[in-house]
Amino acid sequence: MTSNRPMRDEYDVAVIGAGPAGLAAASLSAQSGLSTLLLDENQGPGGQVWRAVTSTPLKQTRLLGDDYWAGSKLVEEVRASGAEILQGATVWSLDPHLELGISVGGGSQFIRARRVILATGALERPFPIPGWTLPGVMTAGAAQTVLKSSGLVPSGKTVVAGQGPLFWLLTAQILRMGGQIDLILDTTQRLNYLRALPHAAAFLRSPYLLKGLAMMREVRSKVRVVSGVTKIAASGDGRLERVTYEVRGRSATAPADLLLLHQGVVPNVNLAMSAGVKHQWDEIQLCWVPVLDSNCGTSVDGIAIAGDGAGIAGVLAAVARGRIAARAAVEALKPEAGAKAPSMDTLRAALAKVERGRRFLDVLFQPPKQFRIPEGDTVVCRCEEVTAQDILDSVAIGATGPNQLKAYRRTGMGPCQGRLCGLTVTELMADARGKTPEEIGYYRLRAPVKPITLSELASLPKDESATKAVVRG
Amino acid sequence: MTLRADAIIIGGGIHGCSTALHLCLRDFRPVLIEKDYAGRHASGVNAGGVRQLARHVAEIPLSIRSMDVWENVQDLVGDSCGFDSHGQVLVAEDEAELEICRARVADLNMRGFSHEELIDAKELRKLVPAVAETCPGGLVSRRDGAANPAQTTTAFRRQAEHLGTVVREGVEATNIRKDGRLWRVDAGGETYEAPVLVNAAGAWGGRIAASLGEPVPVETVAPMLMITSRVPAFIRPVVILRGRKLSFKQFENGTVLIGGGHLATPYQDSGETVLDWRKLQESARTVWELFPIMRNATVVRAWAGIEARTADDLPVIGPSARHEGLFHQFGFSLHGFQLGPGTGAVMAELIATGNTNTPIDGLRVERFAT
Repeated sequence: MTSNRPMRDEYDVAVIGAGPAGLAAASLSAQSGLSTLLLDENQGPGGQVWRAVTSTPLKQTRLLGDDYWAGSKLVEEVRASGAEILQGATVWSLDPHLELGISVGGGSQFIRARRVILATGALERPFPIPGWTLPGVMTAGAAQTVLKSSGLVPSGKTVVAGQGPLFWLLTAQILRMGGQIDLILDTTQRLNYLRALPHAAAFLRSPYLLKGLAMMREVRSKVRVVSGVTKIAASGDGRLERVTYEVRGRSATAPADLLLLHQGVVPNVNLAMSAGVKHQWDEIQLCWVPVLDSNCGTSVDGIAIAGDGAGIAGVLAAVARGRIAARAAVEALKPEAGAKAPSMDTLRAALAKVERGRRFLDVLFQPPKQFRIPEGDTVVCRCEEVTAQDILDSVAIGATGPNQLKAYRRTGMGPCQGRLCGLTVTELMADARGKTPEEIGYYRLRAPVKPITLSELASLPKDESATKAVVRG
Repeated sequence: MTLRADAIIIGGGIHGCSTALHLCLRDFRPVLIEKDYAGRHASGVNAGGVRQLARHVAEIPLSIRSMDVWENVQDLVGDSCGFDSHGQVLVAEDEAELEICRARVADLNMRGFSHEELIDAKELRKLVPAVAETCPGGLVSRRDGAANPAQTTTAFRRQAEHLGTVVREGVEATNIRKDGRLWRVDAGGETYEAPVLVNAAGAWGGRIAASLGEPVPVETVAPMLMITSRVPAFIRPVVILRGRKLSFKQFENGTVLIGGGHLATPYQDSGETVLDWRKLQESARTVWELFPIMRNATVVRAWAGIEARTADDLPVIGPSARHEGLFHQFGFSLHGFQLGPGTGAVMAELIATGNTNTPIDGLRVERFAT
């Protein structure tokens, strides 16, 4: 059932995020008879991969692909499961005692759960090239959001730059919908094809292989693709006018009204880290991933993480992990109900199957250093306008890690809470100090992990007329 | 290996760093041992209030001395520390509270202190135009202001090191002992020895004092703060309330810091805190009532810093009553930041000369002796 406010103060299981992992987790949990609350900040379920699956104006299956429509089946399942579904609910706080701060309908509310399953998914990796803050430059993911929810595609001269499985999916989606792409700059490192080779055998049996190849062929048949791009810069007077790039040491320039950037996704760690969940640096995926047991359980008792927030593995693994996390909650809270659900062994086997070949993609699409660690006056922290050189200067006078850097430059202290700069700052400082990212560490993240207004926190109206309405009412 | 120093300072907060710096100015070569990094806890994450206003009389001389240091902080540490001096205002929310303010000023004047002034509703509105119109007045301390705590502590640490302090961060001081005239402390595989030991360990200061047989009634607390996104400039002084728990400050960059002493739960061994959002909700409601202009502001972050609070809410400052060469400088009970620069100067004076002209009698450890 869908509600407007949580109907209880306490639940057996709270699931945060209604993407593939969250939908699967909430569904299994509620089917097993646990009181289950599914919280999601969007207006409808689906997360990013199945964004607007219940409301998109694009009804032709072909345009978004069969995988997209698989989402509607899981939505139906969770709606029939008995889980309470709360859309438009932003979870801005989670503490180690499993109390959640939620903003919904303009006010804030606190609930408790005996188990929390985080399914908060992934974020696009920062892509800090010169000029990336110019109007006209955006992430491919942002373009995809617009495309899925309102069917809008880019117009004008469009350049898409980057790499990764989602990169090709997105370009294919734009092209199928009649969107224009003038040039694709593929930043996949040539050397990575060799590095990935040892993992190719497993990938040959991956469900993603044929789909991926077909998609790349589809895109290449329609758009000029320049591969082996080693440098990209956006420039223009007050807004994007051109994209300059380099291949094999030779520079070229293309006019552009829109530049879409994407070099893979990384776990969205903010809520988990703020709850005290231990993370570690993943040397292959080059990002922070939570330390998890085989039940998707974290270092904080009662908190599990499923989906790409547990480490990037794609939609099928997200569903599988969601079920594992929910099954573990059932076993802990209501073991007798576990008989009806698939066994843990079955669920783990399903996960192993869809994770097959992942390493191949991780290695192949490991983004090159020059696109992760910028130089000179390229902006790193957009909120506070701090450049790479500013950070090196602070390191030179004693800033040792991201948290100390705040005292010098306020990096990560703006509204994005480090989402757009955190990885860059860690890697840049590690590189400058000759340390590993694990040694350098990450920002200590604090709630609210999503900004809330003072009125929302106070649960009081925000303007005079609303105040009077309350007083009169 | 055993390394000799003139003094061993435990704790890299504003107090330890300030004492290290001032000892260097007196030609001492101290070593400062910090288990995390300078400013990791309360010193780096407090509200940054530089306040003489509304202090206990026992602290006022020290606070005034510290204010003199603050006003020359750029020359002392080569960094502005983000210090500004737009005053601090205490708002009385009703006539009864204003009456208490009036009595306070009379009492201070009698004792010879003139830094707090009584203000009426008109002056209050002039200083704080955005405050709710129902407030009848309050107090102002015009030399007061605010600084950036992390920037300040970092600057003191940097200058202390520049002047000759050996700063050891990320290593814990253990096995604290006295051997004849010398204190010995193990840290990170080394042993340091010195005739002087300064306990400036903040929330951990109580444990050190107790382990040396000089227990102080102290608890670990973690006052919470939250900060908003940038809003147009509307207030210059720091504002505190007489009755309810609220402190309020807008920085140059437009962000507004909301504090006031509501407490989080500290976990001292992991160095972490768990916030109490219901209490922060109370703070939000107080701001909502008093500053309607803030209602649409966005809260972007909340946090808490771990520190020590003594049974009488006053710090422990000065020589140990039990051991020669041991000096305490901890237990600042939620209001130690402003005192840091001046207390460091007083401690260095005490250590180097055995005396200080700044009256600290009400702050000595003897008051807790049983």
